[in-house]
Amino acid sequence: MQSVVFPNKILPYFLVVPQIVLTVVFFFWPAGQALYQSAMREDPFGLQSGFVGLANFRQILADPNYLHAVQVTVVFSVATAVLSMAVALILANAADLVVRGKGLYRTMLIIPYAVAPAVAGMLWLFMFNPSMGTLAYLLRRNGIAWDPLLNGDQAMVLVVVAAAWKQISYNFLFFVAGLQAIPKSLLEAAAIDGARGSRRFWTIVFPLLAPTTFFLLVVNTVYAFFDTFGIIHSVTGGGPAKATETLVYKVYNDGFVNLNLGSSAAQSVVLMVIVIGLTAFQFRFVERRVHYG
Amino acid sequence: MKTILASTIATTALLMASSAMAATEIQWWHAMTGANNEVVDQLAKEFNESQKDYKIVPVFKGTYPETLNAGIAAFRAKQPPAIIQVFDAGSGVMMGAQGAIVPVADVLTKGGFKFDKAAYLPGIVAYYSKPDGTMLSFPYNSSSPILYYNRDIFQKAGLDAANPPKTWPDVFEAAKKIKTSGAASCGFTSTWLTWIQTENLAAWNNVSYGSNENGLGGVDVKLAFNSDFFVKHFQSIADLAKDGTFRYGGRTSEAKQLFTSGECGILTESSGGLGDIVKSGMNYGIGQLPYYEGYGRPQNTIPGGASLWVFAGKSDAEYKGTAAFFNFLSQTKIQARLHQVSGYLPVTMAAYDETKTSDFYQKNPGRETPIQQMLGKAPTANSKGVRLVNLPQVRDIMNEEFESMLAGKQDAKTALNKAVERGNAAIQQAIGK
Repeated sequence: MQSVVFPNKILPYFLVVPQIVLTVVFFFWPAGQALYQSAMREDPFGLQSGFVGLANFRQILADPNYLHAVQVTVVFSVATAVLSMAVALILANAADLVVRGKGLYRTMLIIPYAVAPAVAGMLWLFMFNPSMGTLAYLLRRNGIAWDPLLNGDQAMVLVVVAAAWKQISYNFLFFVAGLQAIPKSLLEAAAIDGARGSRRFWTIVFPLLAPTTFFLLVVNTVYAFFDTFGIIHSVTGGGPAKATETLVYKVYNDGFVNLNLGSSAAQSVVLMVIVIGLTAFQFRFVERRVHYG
Repeated sequence: MKTILASTIATTALLMASSAMAATEIQWWHAMTGANNEVVDQLAKEFNESQKDYKIVPVFKGTYPETLNAGIAAFRAKQPPAIIQVFDAGSGVMMGAQGAIVPVADVLTKGGFKFDKAAYLPGIVAYYSKPDGTMLSFPYNSSSPILYYNRDIFQKAGLDAANPPKTWPDVFEAAKKIKTSGAASCGFTSTWLTWIQTENLAAWNNVSYGSNENGLGGVDVKLAFNSDFFVKHFQSIADLAKDGTFRYGGRTSEAKQLFTSGECGILTESSGGLGDIVKSGMNYGIGQLPYYEGYGRPQNTIPGGASLWVFAGKSDAEYKGTAAFFNFLSQTKIQARLHQVSGYLPVTMAAYDETKTSDFYQKNPGRETPIQQMLGKAPTANSKGVRLVNLPQVRDIMNEEFESMLAGKQDAKTALNKAVERGNAAIQQAIGK
């Protein structure tokens, strides 16, 4: 192993400064603020505040609504990740089989990724809004009592589909790249041995895609946890009756709507711990078992 | 070199332009949409054209709750607008923030104007004043909930299109008839279940909403809207919701769409919703807010809508401009027009009198209804208003329980009991106990 040493003592530090500044400003500073706020109780306008120790944490952990939000988050994240990855995998395989116009199909499949979350939310809301949505009208005419304003399960389906739809493009890109990396000779050999389409997929393609799948699992979970606020906010606003209120949405709702900043900060600290734990777990234990061809 | 030159010229031009129009900009954050938004823009334009020193800049900030939260966030970030429109439920929040706001009476004094309380409608002055009588905010758009009905649907259902139902049992019967006759897919809907079906229901029928005069007497309030009276009302609505005779539109004014699109035959909504209903071109009628028959009922409705608050920490020039703008707004001709175009109540007596002496109410029957509802009787302890330091939060709790009730997951008694219990806990926390 050849050791790499930079001759200049200052330049390396200089080169990493931008990254460190960004991390401090956008991660450590807000995280520190959250920790500080989580031990305080303050009025909405920030005119008076007082130290309350761990009272905010005790309160949220004893709150049935908080535990409900945990449950909602798990259901939402798993459903979103599984749905968007499954659909993307199917589309990637299909796009791989297309002979003519491959580029066109791929480009078109990537478009949803360029749509901002709030816009994606509005798009789905317009289609499925019970009072003005075209598709909602069709559903109702076909005897389905479609009312996501009151039916929590339907509201959940709507936000999951909207959130997954936006992420399909991203997953699709990685799956397409993964598929291209699989040597054609392997597939041909399997075909000569008499393996048919689905068998070839499950015994060769799928295992060889494992690194991509694992990477996407991490990215999608993080996405479902943190980047779906815009969609939930514009489609359901966490309702009906908290049926789509995820942990992140609850942080916003308690902090910026109910103006209970201490509780909101405590919740974001808990969220931070969950995410650190989740990431550590995934990289330590799950990654080891993945076959990186 | 060329681009540098071009940008230098552009910057110089900009600098010159901004020094030429040295008018002090005054930000006005509001929550008005549709027809009412046009009124806001029109007023700002007229004021800006009437003088050269100040420029009112209206900025739309979303729904009422969103606007309030944006204002609070801006105050915390030390970037508040001069003027913010805060809805009825947010009044308690703003009143609790001594030091964050400047009472409107002080603002007018700073601008060299006199604030004459007697010029304003008494119910509105009382609602926006501190217990000691200091007027804190400027009443911009006051409203009262009324009943709207679709005349075409009434005719099709065989109902009397000239006489809208007066009591809640009549409304429920009419709604059933609309549904069963097939005249419309839904009989009745309502915006703001919290404001109309709870706060105003209590005042209009003279029933207690909470202790301490519903919060006007003091901040420590025990909620009381789980009494039999409320349970009966909400159970009726929950029963109608089962087969779609009642349809839920959303937490704020979304249900208005169900009415203008012709899906529902009856709507209870703010008188301020009139602009959009007129705009839709439908054949509508107006009636009094329904009540339950009983001694002395109906009592009076409570002011809804919103008022304009002024944030602390702005420059003297901005306060002077704000005062000039408020003075502009309280002119009788502006107030009378605001009332006649938007359906909001006139907030000065002079504007009300002027509209009365014109033939406006003869030509537009029903338009005086919201004013009569509010001023008809001297208010009781149950009907002065509702003021909680965290009313928006309590309303959200109620909305959650109502949604779960309308979805058939719990009955009205459970929903109201839970709402009261959670609401009380939230109030205790908010007042720091």
